[in-house]
Amino acid sequence: MKVIKVDKKNWADGLGKLRGDYRLFGPAKNKDGHDFKELDKGELPDFNFLNTRLSAKSMIFPQSEAMFKYSLDESEVDHHIMREVEKDYSPRAVFGIRPCDATAFLLVKRNFDTPEYKDPYWIRSYQAGVYVGLACNDPCSTCFCTTAGCGPFHEEGLDVLLVDAGDHFLAKVLTEKGKELARAAGWTAEADVDIGPMKQTAESKISSSVNTDKLRERVTTELYQAPFWEEAAFACINCGTCTYSCPTCWCFDIQDENHKNSGIRMRNWDSCMYPLFTLHGTGHNPRETKVHRVRQRFMHKLKYYVDKYDAGIQCVGCGRCVRLCPVNIDIRKVCELMNSYEG
Amino acid sequence: MLRYIDRIREISEKLLKEGTVEMVIGFQKGTMPMMNRPCFAKGPEDVRNFVWDSNCGINLTSYLTDRKEKIGIVAKGCDSRNIVTHIIENKIKREQIFIIGVPCKGMIDRHKIASMFETEILSVAEEDGKVIVKTGEAEKTLEKADVLQKNCAVCTHRNPSIYDELAADLLEEQKDADRYADVREIEAMTPGERWNYFDDLLSPCIRCYACRNACPLCYCPTCFVDESRPQWVGKSTDPIDTKTFHFLRAYHCAGRCTDCGSCERACPVGINMRLLTKKLEKDCYESFGWEAGLTLDQRPPLDTYKPEDPEEFIK
Ligand code: SF4
Ligand code: SF4
Ligand code: SF4
Ligand code: SF4
Ligand code: SF4
Repeated sequence: MKVIKVDKKNWADGLGKLRGDYRLFGPAKNKDGHDFKELDKGELPDFNFLNTRLSAKSMIFPQSEAMFKYSLDESEVDHHIMREVEKDYSPRAVFGIRPCDATAFLLVKRNFDTPEYKDPYWIRSYQAGVYVGLACNDPCSTCFCTTAGCGPFHEEGLDVLLVDAGDHFLAKVLTEKGKELARAAGWTAEADVDIGPMKQTAESKISSSVNTDKLRERVTTELYQAPFWEEAAFACINCGTCTYSCPTCWCFDIQDENHKNSGIRMRNWDSCMYPLFTLHGTGHNPRETKVHRVRQRFMHKLKYYVDKYDAGIQCVGCGRCVRLCPVNIDIRKVCELMNSYEG
Repeated sequence: MLRYIDRIREISEKLLKEGTVEMVIGFQKGTMPMMNRPCFAKGPEDVRNFVWDSNCGINLTSYLTDRKEKIGIVAKGCDSRNIVTHIIENKIKREQIFIIGVPCKGMIDRHKIASMFETEILSVAEEDGKVIVKTGEAEKTLEKADVLQKNCAVCTHRNPSIYDELAADLLEEQKDADRYADVREIEAMTPGERWNYFDDLLSPCIRCYACRNACPLCYCPTCFVDESRPQWVGKSTDPIDTKTFHFLRAYHCAGRCTDCGSCERACPVGINMRLLTKKLEKDCYESFGWEAGLTLDQRPPLDTYKPEDPEEFIK
């Protein structure tokens, strides 16, 4: 597909034009980091980051989301009935998504949109969006995307890929949705450039990697019982930061929030690092200790997922869990332990 | 710092060789700048992993909770005070642990240092009270005193309050530190201003509970935020629920908090929730002359009664 040149001088203008047709979302500075949010009127996405603190996952799958509401007030017609909470699924454009996070959309889609099960909230939300990526000219030292199924200029999951080229952006239009957005923004000036060399330069700057080639052939039960887990898990405080910040973690919990005789049914992100995640009604907890829980996180990402989908690991190499874990539990190290474990 | 490391390794090796303990808990070098990882040594050969520098801000006491074996533990001033609290609260037995006391020269504030640089920090080294930070483009030398964790800058108990052997000579304690300037600032606010201040302070919170989990005081088998029968607090990102979590947790730490800073250090979004516990620490100090974890012989003020306790608040 074609590459368009968007002068930074015209950037605000183009975004302004989009406002009629789309709700705009993008990264904004929030204290010491950048988070995705809906952009206020006139607000431009802030691209002055290496990567956003939390991933773009919340743009489709928010940390807390109301699903149903109910009332026990018998004077209301549909009392005692769960009613769906109305939500705005009008077209939205999300700017500034790093390629790893966009790849993660498709990875998460494997879970939320299967031939058997369709998660209506995730799917509607996903379909409402046009996803405008921002290529990484300067990846972090903790990014290992190129060995985790994507890369700094990866296009999967995106409708447009923006490349920052100094005084202008190069916008590579990737889908019909992207084309429409470019048209609505008035971005038409085709650029006669090849972004290939920029891509290569960026890829050559990735200094971190994982080996995943042996994971599939490893015997699940052997890995499960491997002796390294106690040590690998020792430092972990089970805070869940790794899973909340991860673009590919998809687990959630369902909660009713009552006030007097009405309430809402919510879903909130959950994490296999929390004891509550597997606590049974009987009080029994099959993942009783943190060693069990840490093992679950890595086994899910690096073994069960690999076996179930045959599509690589459940990790896009964004490096967030490595950067944010308060006690430096590093998935690259654990992956190496697993990949090289001979039993 | 190298001397500290050698001593820590030496003492640990001896403990493990002689079978005094089954494991020693300390720090090993992490894979990121300013990050060390809590780790254990079970055999004399493992002690070579141990390090000591200004990135050992996680409080290791949490790793002792309810353990049954004999354990050696590396403890700076605040860790040792939390160990005392742990012993008083029956989370570990005194005779079960061998404390390798580390007179502490303060930990550096990883959030603050990261926010001082526009680009990624690639390495951080220390030398004679200086911190040398390298990014892709530049190298900058900072005074360690300027980038200490906020709690370390005003710490008056750098020496361990309890130990079996020391990794270095005791230090002179800081005398003129103004410990509560930040709390006084908040105290001086009107209730409205204070509400807004906390609103803003806690707004980036993602409810991951790293602060709670990094705190050695937070060892309840089920935290009140995780209870579901009854459910005390909502689990969404509702700001009122988030504040409820923070305020109540702080109260649970009253009279027990040592201002070790582990909670603040652990937070992935850099929130200083420690201001809440610090206010209570100040109140305990001013009302009861109490500082947690200095002695094994006295119960904390909120689970005991003394005739001279202030009582003007009882109407
Ligand atoms: S972020 Fe680190 S400490 Fe927290 S749950 Fe994940 S691995 Fe454990
Ligand atoms: S596991 Fe870690 S590195 Fe991989 S996608 Fe998740 S946060 Fe990123
Ligand atoms: S790693 Fe844990 S939280 Fe993440 S998707 Fe797997 S089970 Fe869920
Ligand atoms: S509340 Fe924070 S400062 Fe106080 S003991 Fe716990 S971790 Fe340390
Ligand atoms: S560690 Fe930080 S983000 Fe996590 S719950 Fe505590 S204050 Fe909130």
